[in-house]
Amino acid sequence: MVEFGGWEMPVQYTSIIEEHHATRNAAGLFDISHMGRFFASGPDAERFLQYVDTYDVSAISVGQSAYGIMCYEDGGVVDDIFVYHLAPDRFMVVVNAGNADKDWEWLQQHARGFNIELENRSVDLAMLALQGPKAETILARLTAADVVNLPFHGIIEATVAGAHGWVSRTGYTGEDGFEIFIPASQIHQVWDAALDAGREDGLKPVGLGARDSLRFEAGLALYGHEIDSDINPYEAKLGWVVKLDKGDFVGAEALRRIKEQGPRRKLIGLEMIGRGIARQGYAVATVEGRTIGAVTSGMPSPTLGKNLAYALVEADAVRVGDEVDVLVREKPVRAQVVKTPFYKPRYKK
Amino acid sequence: MAYQTPEGLQYAKTHEWVKIAGDEATMGITDYAQHALGDIVFVELPEVGKTFSQGDTIGVVESVKAASDIYAPVSGEVIAVNEALLDAPEILNQDPYERGWIVRLRLSAQPSGLMDAAAYEQHVAEEEAGH
Repeated sequence: MVEFGGWEMPVQYTSIIEEHHATRNAAGLFDISHMGRFFASGPDAERFLQYVDTYDVSAISVGQSAYGIMCYEDGGVVDDIFVYHLAPDRFMVVVNAGNADKDWEWLQQHARGFNIELENRSVDLAMLALQGPKAETILARLTAADVVNLPFHGIIEATVAGAHGWVSRTGYTGEDGFEIFIPASQIHQVWDAALDAGREDGLKPVGLGARDSLRFEAGLALYGHEIDSDINPYEAKLGWVVKLDKGDFVGAEALRRIKEQGPRRKLIGLEMIGRGIARQGYAVATVEGRTIGAVTSGMPSPTLGKNLAYALVEADAVRVGDEVDVLVREKPVRAQVVKTPFYKPRYKK
Repeated sequence: MAYQTPEGLQYAKTHEWVKIAGDEATMGITDYAQHALGDIVFVELPEVGKTFSQGDTIGVVESVKAASDIYAPVSGEVIAVNEALLDAPEILNQDPYERGWIVRLRLSAQPSGLMDAAAYEQHVAEEEAGH
């Protein structure tokens, strides 16, 4: 067990590699209750979220959800979030565990002047993720709700293994899958029922280690790595989440300027050619030895069998196909710039 | 959780084992260490002929998640490395005390502060309780 954002969490139940493959080939069950869950309700709920999220919240119809980003005034990232539209005047916002306290304060600070009520339900509402090609079949055994026809990013009220809450077709693995929101008091029964229902299909419980390797391959950003308070969405290749023409929002002015001038840095993918694994913080240099940036995440990819990494480097320094050196324990190890994501997500759309 | 801790070896606080015979020492990582690291996917070995002092970083093992230093449990010169680990690092998970030996050194000084099996088991129990 490791401490993560104030929660005691398993890095692995059996083995990161086993859990990773189980999720890609069958299904994985994740307890992700450590993430923050906030509710915004009231006549101004949409207008409020529109003000703190870079994405166009008005484009999220009831029963749908969307990825979003909260930015500081200078364009740096407060956090990346998921906004679920539950009812006309009611939204749920899911945020990173490590940022949950900061985000809660951020939302409250910006709520002045909006007719809304904010509720922090991170503790009383638990959250599981059931991900992988067998997730739909397994979940259908646990609920009468029509999860088979639930669209990508859709969310519905559902009773799962006797616990009432919501089920959404969202996740953080690059596979088809679901997130399940149920009362924390009933998480044990839902967890056990899900593992029983999925055993014959190869469902395995999955810890934080494989959660990271799965999101990494699928090109999904992780706060503190690809995004941070000093990294803006354009640098992180998340410009598509910033809707500058939707009206005013926190950070809009800075983001408009960044977009016009072009970001100074960009996120690239690297495949190691030499023997070595790039890890966060390792310097990236041209083959002539000029430092151009640093690795944000790196690991051996269980699915692809290669040592891969993301790095944030000077915007014009390299292109796909170019070679660079990653400084692994002060020694330059050759790598090639490759296209991202490393693993093409297999969402059911 | 019970880990293998063979008698007859000496153990460092940093979870390396060493077997001393005359002026030669064979070292590796303990069963507890391989278990805590998880699937080992990469090993970096020192060059033969290099010398290390007890406590120096002598190699690196990497899991999917992280890189961890291996520390020399004794002082001496590297006389052999287990090159089989380069292509099959999983040997360290499967057999940390035999096929998974990492480095053989010629001792240049008597080590200090190493533990016997019983003391090391106690050390592991304390580390686990701290988690």
